Amino acid sequence: MGRSRIESSTPPGRTLTRRLSHAWKFRGMYGMAILPVAFFLVIRYLPLWNAQIAFKDFSPLDGVWGSPWNGFSNFAAFFRSPYLVPLIRNTVLYSLAKLALGVPAAILLALGLYETGHRMLRRVVQTLAYLPHFLSWIILHGILLGLFSASEGLFNEINRASGIGTINYMGDPATFPFIVVFSDLWKEMGWGAIVFLAALMGIDPALFESAQVEGASRLQQVRYITLPGILDVIVVVVLLRIGTILDAGFHQLFVLYSVPVLDVGDIIDTWVYRQGILNADYSIATAVGLFKGLIGLSFLLVFNRLAKRIAGSGLY
Amino acid sequence: MGRMRKSPGDAVFQFVVDNYLVLVLLVMVIPIWRVFMLSVTPQVDLADRTFGMLVPPSKWSLAAYRQFLTHPSFLIATWNSVLILAMGVGLGLFLTVPLAYVLSIRNLPGRKLLHTFILIPFLFNPGLIPSYLVVTGLGLYDRLLAVVIPGAINVYNVFVMKNFFEGLPEELKEAARIDGAGELYILFKVVLPLSKPILLTVGLFYGVHYWNDFFNAILYLGDARLQPLPILLRNILQAANFNDYVDINVFSEARMESLKAASVFLASLPMILVYPWIQRYFTKGTLSGGLKG
Repeated sequence: MGRSRIESSTPPGRTLTRRLSHAWKFRGMYGMAILPVAFFLVIRYLPLWNAQIAFKDFSPLDGVWGSPWNGFSNFAAFFRSPYLVPLIRNTVLYSLAKLALGVPAAILLALGLYETGHRMLRRVVQTLAYLPHFLSWIILHGILLGLFSASEGLFNEINRASGIGTINYMGDPATFPFIVVFSDLWKEMGWGAIVFLAALMGIDPALFESAQVEGASRLQQVRYITLPGILDVIVVVVLLRIGTILDAGFHQLFVLYSVPVLDVGDIIDTWVYRQGILNADYSIATAVGLFKGLIGLSFLLVFNRLAKRIAGSGLY
Repeated sequence: MGRMRKSPGDAVFQFVVDNYLVLVLLVMVIPIWRVFMLSVTPQVDLADRTFGMLVPPSKWSLAAYRQFLTHPSFLIATWNSVLILAMGVGLGLFLTVPLAYVLSIRNLPGRKLLHTFILIPFLFNPGLIPSYLVVTGLGLYDRLLAVVIPGAINVYNVFVMKNFFEGLPEELKEAARIDGAGELYILFKVVLPLSKPILLTVGLFYGVHYWNDFFNAILYLGDARLQPLPILLRNILQAANFNDYVDINVFSEARMESLKAASVFLASLPMILVYPWIQRYFTKGTLSGGLKG
């Protein structure tokens, strides 16, 4: 875009007055930003101020500022508790399992959509595969019940018909983690494929033409042109997913877990919800949330930088 | 795509690819089909349980739907959901458009600062409780606004829209400025008329968010008369026995599993019907994302 007339009429000066008079020309813009900025101050920044109760013995009567400080004892209480290890283990394992299955599945789907010769098939699969991304986890819960519930789940109908008997898939700690990982795969596979499909579309067709002249088979073209062509995007997606490793799928677990599967279903976010909202133990829940936020921030910064360095693009 | 098939190896490749897609198709369709079949299968058909109830029952029944659609709690929840959707999309666009527009002005003094200002809370999230204290502290508990306000600006949407604004020809705005037009005038008369696709895309993103959002409702809406559709659905799905949740006399005609399935299918129906028509806006929006300043 060319330089605008406002800028060229008054170039940004060095002195404060010149800068201010330059900025004054944009007062209409600043006026427009007032409401969104106010929104951010209240809805996004006020929570940062409230986060101080992680270092306090918060009581709603005394308020955020009035409650007495208690140093790191909320953090210490959590780190000494038996919850720490299982919560972090569950959170990280769900994240990694979803990453390890989700990214290859998305790549495979994108490849399939890219390589098929049937336009109609591509369109239908695309539409159907993207759809579940837009359904809430509560609806997914209902769909999962149709497949896995003990009473009338499809798989239990099959099990009973073949004499295996009833398996309570969603209430058994041995099967619950698979439900979590594979339902996430079902829901997000198509949506995850979009970015890879876009990268595939960006590959220079001339490469395939010359490969054909050289006599390369379709499979060889995938191996030596298509996959290397999207390698950068794959690296970025994987690194950014690792950057949010502590977000294991709060809404999903919140909806799907139950008391019998708590040991394998509880993640940091669900624990914070129960401790904070249900038990009204605000300070400890905030300390754990803050702990997670800080780890999350450092992961995001590190892996975003890595993605930029290795593949030349990142999240921000 | 469009490449010639030559060797038998390539024919096998094509065969594998196409069949893989058909497999994906089945994996996507069967669960939804299963729910639909459950919802229309009346008590009588349970005895034979043909093919695990994947084939249409010999006797269809829409009793579950009939009871649902006429039940007051369904109507109230739907009304709440529509209200939340309308307010959410309205407020979301009302706040997102000006912010994105301001961020798209390249020579705005302080643009970088504003960019950092909205990126910080995106990168660092202090967790659930501090936000909960803000919303309840504003006196929003048991008000629909409690589920509307917190999600009103989505940073992703801001950047999708900002990127679109930046792609508009600068000359148009310049011409209006030379004519002495104010910034609001330029936004409404010059920029927005050219921005219908992005308004639709971002509006749809907000719409889907508010239609699906249930967690804010769980946090902030205790009053049953305020609860949106997803909460009603959750209560129904969690009820071990339907009597736990609703008056048995009203729902006695259809069986519980059918009612659960019917409620799931009804709740997802708007998305299933609307989605194929709006899909391209979503994919476009997603790809033009990216939080770069």
